[in-house]
Amino acid sequence: MEKAQFQSRWMPYLLLAPQMVIIAIFFIWPAAEAIRASFFLEDPFFGNSTFVGLQNYTDALSASDYKRTAWFTVVFTVLVSLLSLALGMMLAVSADRVLRGQSTYKTLLMWVYAIAPPVAGLIGVMLFDQHIGPLVDFAAMFGWHLQIGVDYWDTGFAMIVVSTWKQVPYCFIFFLSGLQSIPTSVKEASAIDCQSETRRFWTITFPLLAPTTFFLLILNITYAMFETFGTIDQIVKDQPGNSPVTLVYKVFRDGFRGNDIGGSSAQSVILMIFVLLLTIVQFRLIERRIHYT
Amino acid sequence: MTTLRIKDVFKRYPNGAEAVKGVSVDVEDGELVVFVGPSGCGKSTMLRMVAGLESVTEGEIELAGRVVNDLEPAERNIAMVFQNYALYPHMSVRKNLAYGLKNRGTPQAEIDRKVDEAAKLLQIGEFLDRKPSQLSGGQRQRVAMGRAIVRDPAIFLFDEPLSNLDAKLRNQMRLEIKKLQRSLGTAAIYVTHDQVEAMTLADRIVVLNNGLIEQVGKPHEVYSQPASTFVASFIGAPPMNLLDATLSDGRIEIGGQSFAVQQTQKAGPIKLGLRPERLQVASGGEGFRVEVGVLEDLGATRLIHARLGDQDLTIAQDSELPEPSSEALITFRHDDAHFFDASSGRRI
Ligand SMILES: Nc1ncnc2c1ncn2[C@@H]1O[C@H](COP(=O)(O)OP(=O)(O)OP(=O)(O)O)[C@@H](O)[C@H]1O
Ligand SMILES: [Mg+2]
Repeated sequence: MEKAQFQSRWMPYLLLAPQMVIIAIFFIWPAAEAIRASFFLEDPFFGNSTFVGLQNYTDALSASDYKRTAWFTVVFTVLVSLLSLALGMMLAVSADRVLRGQSTYKTLLMWVYAIAPPVAGLIGVMLFDQHIGPLVDFAAMFGWHLQIGVDYWDTGFAMIVVSTWKQVPYCFIFFLSGLQSIPTSVKEASAIDCQSETRRFWTITFPLLAPTTFFLLILNITYAMFETFGTIDQIVKDQPGNSPVTLVYKVFRDGFRGNDIGGSSAQSVILMIFVLLLTIVQFRLIERRIHYT
Repeated sequence: MTTLRIKDVFKRYPNGAEAVKGVSVDVEDGELVVFVGPSGCGKSTMLRMVAGLESVTEGEIELAGRVVNDLEPAERNIAMVFQNYALYPHMSVRKNLAYGLKNRGTPQAEIDRKVDEAAKLLQIGEFLDRKPSQLSGGQRQRVAMGRAIVRDPAIFLFDEPLSNLDAKLRNQMRLEIKKLQRSLGTAAIYVTHDQVEAMTLADRIVVLNNGLIEQVGKPHEVYSQPASTFVASFIGAPPMNLLDATLSDGRIEIGGQSFAVQQTQKAGPIKLGLRPERLQVASGGEGFRVEVGVLEDLGATRLIHARLGDQDLTIAQDSELPEPSSEALITFRHDDAHFFDASSGRRI
């Protein structure tokens, strides 16, 4: 390959500059600020701050509501990730089978993904509304009186449903393209070798989708932990007290609603470390991602 | 006995395409039948209907005495070898071979025995623990064959299994397939558009054109007694010369020349078929004169492209070549002349 040489030595840096500035302003500076703030106790009214060492961390980690939130985040993340995977895969498998009309089917499921998270949250909230929500009426038919924003578990349930609903189309699209990249002749060979369709799915299709599944799993975990913020915000907006929230939402609430900048910063640093670990795992997986030829 | 009976089979695809328009053919026990024809003539469609990968629109397919129209592929006791091998990419070669047996509940000891047997037969023993992606094209092809063999099917179905291999390997594998099929004694249908493959492999050739059978016969019959101009021009290389001519009273007239032939029943316009390799450049005798054009030396044979009146003609010759742009006298034996109806193209 030919190497392009810039006239000026500074040109590459100049071209990179806008991106660097954006990263610096929106990531590095806030991250550095968060790390700094996590070691201080800040007075919200007078701007004085006192160095307190690791106290913010120990406080955060030992607080009972931190543990409760962490526990909810784990349950929430696992359920949202796995449910989106399972539903996305199920839908993709059915779509793959229907050969014609596929593009309409795809679009029908895609449009959900085109909705911004707060809007999805809003629609979700409407679906779960105490008075007009069809899902509440539906649950009531089975004797389950959903109380979103009042009951801890009901609210958590609604969050999981809405967040999953938002992520399924994404998984669907990836799984569908994964399924379509399996050669027809391989599917046909397996139809000759194995009569049971279920067995064919688990022995041929599922293993061949494994790379896609790994990739989506990591993506879903990131989504459930961080990108569901808007959805959660919609659901818990006016009900501060007893609602379950994820760790990311708690960072926001403690910092901006509770004015505990130091504690909130400490929590966000903990999350940053987690993201770092997740990224390492992700890179490892992508590196080792099996490519079948 | 008859292994496979195909009776008046039609195939119309959902989009309205009529791929097969009434085909009947039997495959006897242990016989290797080759379906040959140009691209799009319905060869693969026929094979896939036998395999159960396509539904049969009309007609009946009977395998080992049992109508299989409504059976799933896995219930039909067939084995298929695909053009692109269609190996399971996530399984080792051993697992690829064992997969079908395992799904039918074959005991593990028997699976192992059959896999080892097939591996030995095909000389793929050393690759058993490799993934298909770690094999060459030829090795993959062997594995695909192995997968078919271990199933011990009533019939093998091959869909252009060699077309992804290079010419040398293709010749070698062709021979091996034939030997293997012979020694196993299993009936087989082999689909190809390559007439050389068809001639060398087949016990019987089925020439398909546009969803219909043009001719069924032993390779030699199809070559020496082509049933139509289509078969005549499809089987044999270089293809048979087909000349517009007029027949009257046992004499034939082409481009202003006339000579005697052994064909007295018919009169009027016909097509005269002459195989290039059955024509001789002669110094005397009864024949016709041509104008010599381009010469091609292929090593083993030499091709003379000539003109007879306003029609092109090819002569294959292994001896001395005439001068380019000269005139030459061409002779042939009477039974090497084929006569076809000018409008229908059928043999007279
Ligand atoms: N799934 C399908 N749907 C609609 N039409 C089809 C389908 N498969 C094949 N056809 C049509 O049926 C006809 C026969 O196709 P087929 O694949 O049997 O040809 P073939 O003889 O195997 O050709 P080739 O040598 O190119 O493989 C073609 O005209 C093709 O366009
Ligand atoms: Mg074909």
